[in-house]
Amino acid sequence: MHRQREVYDGERLQPLEKRLLNDFQHDLPLVSRPFAAMAERLGVSEQDVIDTLAALRERGFISRVGAVFRANTIGASTLAAMALPEDELEKVAELVNGYREVNHNYQREHRFNLWFVVTAEDEAALRRVLDDIETRSGHAVLHLPMLADYHIDLGFELQWT
Amino acid sequence: MKVTRKAPRWPVPAVLDGDDEALITAIQGGLPLVPEPYAELGRRIGLSEDEVIARLRRLQETGVIKRLGVVVRHHELGYRANAMTVWDIPDDQVDTLGACMGRFEFVTLCYRRPRRLPDWPYNLFTMIHGRDRDEVQANIALLVRECGLEHIAHEVLFSRRRFKQRGALYHAPEPAHGGT
Repeated sequence: MHRQREVYDGERLQPLEKRLLNDFQHDLPLVSRPFAAMAERLGVSEQDVIDTLAALRERGFISRVGAVFRANTIGASTLAAMALPEDELEKVAELVNGYREVNHNYQREHRFNLWFVVTAEDEAALRRVLDDIETRSGHAVLHLPMLADYHIDLGFELQWT
Repeated sequence: MKVTRKAPRWPVPAVLDGDDEALITAIQGGLPLVPEPYAELGRRIGLSEDEVIARLRRLQETGVIKRLGVVVRHHELGYRANAMTVWDIPDDQVDTLGACMGRFEFVTLCYRRPRRLPDWPYNLFTMIHGRDRDEVQANIALLVRECGLEHIAHEVLFSRRRFKQRGALYHAPEPAHGGT
């Protein structure tokens, strides 16, 4: 998926877009017509809400209107890290990206410079992916599964200044 | 700086039946942007609208779904800096200090994970976002002050490149990766 991403420019976001981005990150109404309920709060039409959300998704500002799942309540997932020589980083990052089980993959500034999240249907499948990456890359993978979640997810307040 | 006041919701072991799993699969790419999205989801998996709504409510109550709403992309919205900040906290303090840190709005993840000695001494992981590195550093300084972390060793791992970011796929339909 190589959709052209728009560069953020706060000036170009309309007031309705800003409110949709900021005010509805949690507690989406569980009613038959949730976008109509949002529209009522915003003083616009249901179609305005739907069209604006679709446009924000198309422009890459939102990934979806939907659910954020708590890690490890369904399937198995882990955070994995690798300490790679600079000249191998790109190649291994590409190899890691090739797994559909990998959903985040970042270079970070540390001796452990490649960090990715692996999600699979169960622990055995997860292990297979990690072992496979170790074998194919020739480098060890640190396996750091979540033990406790202390975060209260209420979304993230955006500041427009 | 807004700090939430609610107590953390601990994960509750959830019992999911086949319809829950079908619903989770159906919703993971997002709700369809149509006037009656829950009815539309239900049509795809053979459940009534009421059933979809009731199941989503229960998945939220049991903590399987952390939140239901607009999922923004921080980077695209100008939050260009993110730092995974990792802490080496004595085991008997990790629950208390983790709960303290998890309440701050700029902390978007706060997990306990195992140490992997000698390579990796850190057992608490926080993801901290900001519009730039200075803002991230200021947020970390605030955490240290507010939660009393002055004597806790930590490291700040700024991201340099994002190779991939998307929602997790829990029940992807296609066969496992074939590149082995």
